[in-house]
Amino acid sequence: MKKIITFAVALTLFAGAVAGCGADNSSGEADGGSQKAENSQTVSTDGSTSMEKVIGFLSEAYMEEHGDIKVTYNPTGSSSGISAVSEGRCDIGLASRDLKEEEQADLTGTVVAIDGIGVIVNPENPVADLSVEQVGKIYTGEITNWKEVGGSDAPIVCIGREAASGTRDGFEEVTGTKDNCKYSQELTSTGDVVQTVSGNPNAIGYASVASLNDSVKAVSIEGIAPTTETIQGGEYKIQRNFVLVTKKDAALSKAAQDFFDFATSEEADELITEAGAVPVVR
Amino acid sequence: MKKVKKTARLMEKTMNLIFLACGMLTILFVILITIFLVISGIPAIKEIGLADFLFGTTWASTAAQPSYGILPFILTSVYGTFGAILIGVPIGLLCAIFLAKMSPRGVAGIVRNVVDLLAGIPSVVYGLVGMILIVPCVREVFHLPDGANLFSAILVLAVMILPSVISVSETAIKAVPKEYEEASLALGATKTETVFKVVVPAAKSGIITAIVLGIGRAIGEAMAVMMVSGNVANMPRLFGSVRFLTTAVASEMSYSSGLQRQALFSIALVLFLFIMAINLVLNLIVKRGGESD
Repeated sequence: MKKIITFAVALTLFAGAVAGCGADNSSGEADGGSQKAENSQTVSTDGSTSMEKVIGFLSEAYMEEHGDIKVTYNPTGSSSGISAVSEGRCDIGLASRDLKEEEQADLTGTVVAIDGIGVIVNPENPVADLSVEQVGKIYTGEITNWKEVGGSDAPIVCIGREAASGTRDGFEEVTGTKDNCKYSQELTSTGDVVQTVSGNPNAIGYASVASLNDSVKAVSIEGIAPTTETIQGGEYKIQRNFVLVTKKDAALSKAAQDFFDFATSEEADELITEAGAVPVVR
Repeated sequence: MKKVKKTARLMEKTMNLIFLACGMLTILFVILITIFLVISGIPAIKEIGLADFLFGTTWASTAAQPSYGILPFILTSVYGTFGAILIGVPIGLLCAIFLAKMSPRGVAGIVRNVVDLLAGIPSVVYGLVGMILIVPCVREVFHLPDGANLFSAILVLAVMILPSVISVSETAIKAVPKEYEEASLALGATKTETVFKVVVPAAKSGIITAIVLGIGRAIGEAMAVMMVSGNVANMPRLFGSVRFLTTAVASEMSYSSGLQRQALFSIALVLFLFIMAINLVLNLIVKRGGESD
């Protein structure tokens, strides 16, 4: 009998605890809501990991000028950023690809900068120029040896990004290799790709021009090296847009609108260049 | 006096309740996780079809015509774990024998500390070291175009399971009664013969426990293998780029949506069932070991 009572009491206690948790939770959410209302001086951005540098430079410069406004950045990936803005979890979504048709129904995309996707090889590799078609054939496995594109007799190792990466999406779309690539490694970040290509003399990879460094060599595409002018002018073929995503039906908060205007103004051009991307031509 | 006793008894009862509640909380977590995994994992399996899901050989979750077969992941996880056991268990077992029976005083202490340290290294560090050291080494040694493959992952996993294999089998070996060993030595057996024919068989159930723990560790590892295995959803080959069950979930989760995301939950469910089965086996072994003692 005593045991039963103990058990019953324990259960009640336990139920109370659980209920308490629930109550805490909901009040927590309410707090979060009111906080957001009070601190409308925070501009939250969320999305593409490739845009980290650009958004970092922009927000830093912006925050220096506007001490009372805080710009946050959550590097989750283009698709995550787009769903975050459409679900109202952030002010501005960041996508390193153009919006899909179904996304355009209630979202607006504004191109803030252009990103050239660099095709990179190991510095030891003699190959310095490839055509878009050759790059495509290399990635689909039609060309498997470097000597077929003017290099030494060595197998080609294709390094790429994971299935849902914005860079991969952009690259495969431009090279016409969508869902056809035969990768030997699918890595989850740009840094990993650069690191792996710099460590393997036979590797080829792709990454935002903004995030390239001296440890790898960016090949020119059809004779055109990835530079600001060639990307802006569209001569360099493998490029994509960096897009700021906003909701169509809901207006931005004052701070967010101000930051948005700043990011798309001429003032921002220099910062975007500093960050390694290419400003849009106005 | 009576009052003090009463307070003490009340205190005792309250504490009992708190202990009970904490115990319940743990159970609640397990139940919640199980329910969550089952609820979120079942829909995708239903939609894809159990056979297509478990035995399909192509995983192309973002393709225009997606296909969700996770056989490559299952086989990779099984092969990878098996390979890690094949390499890690002999090394770990011999190390445990060394620690328990052979090592001079002082040396054992140092080795034990090092093993503990090995257990404390975060898995991302294993991955980093593997990516920068093991992957290029494997490429050079086997003359491969690329070193990120199942073999590299097995090497990393083998090192990662060492601590649990060593410490559990050392305890088991130490628990073997001294008399067995003395009797064997008195009969003229050498130390090596004694270790392998008397001590190890006597510690069998503990050593099997160690192996099962190693399996659990290896099959659940995500971060380290993600960095060295190449991560392409191929059917497993020793020197091919592969993707494990764990990394399949981890590498796509942040971006996924719709059926793809649900399928990732289903993969997690499969992984969970694997771990459950391993734990069940472990419990059986421990139980049987306890009975025979």
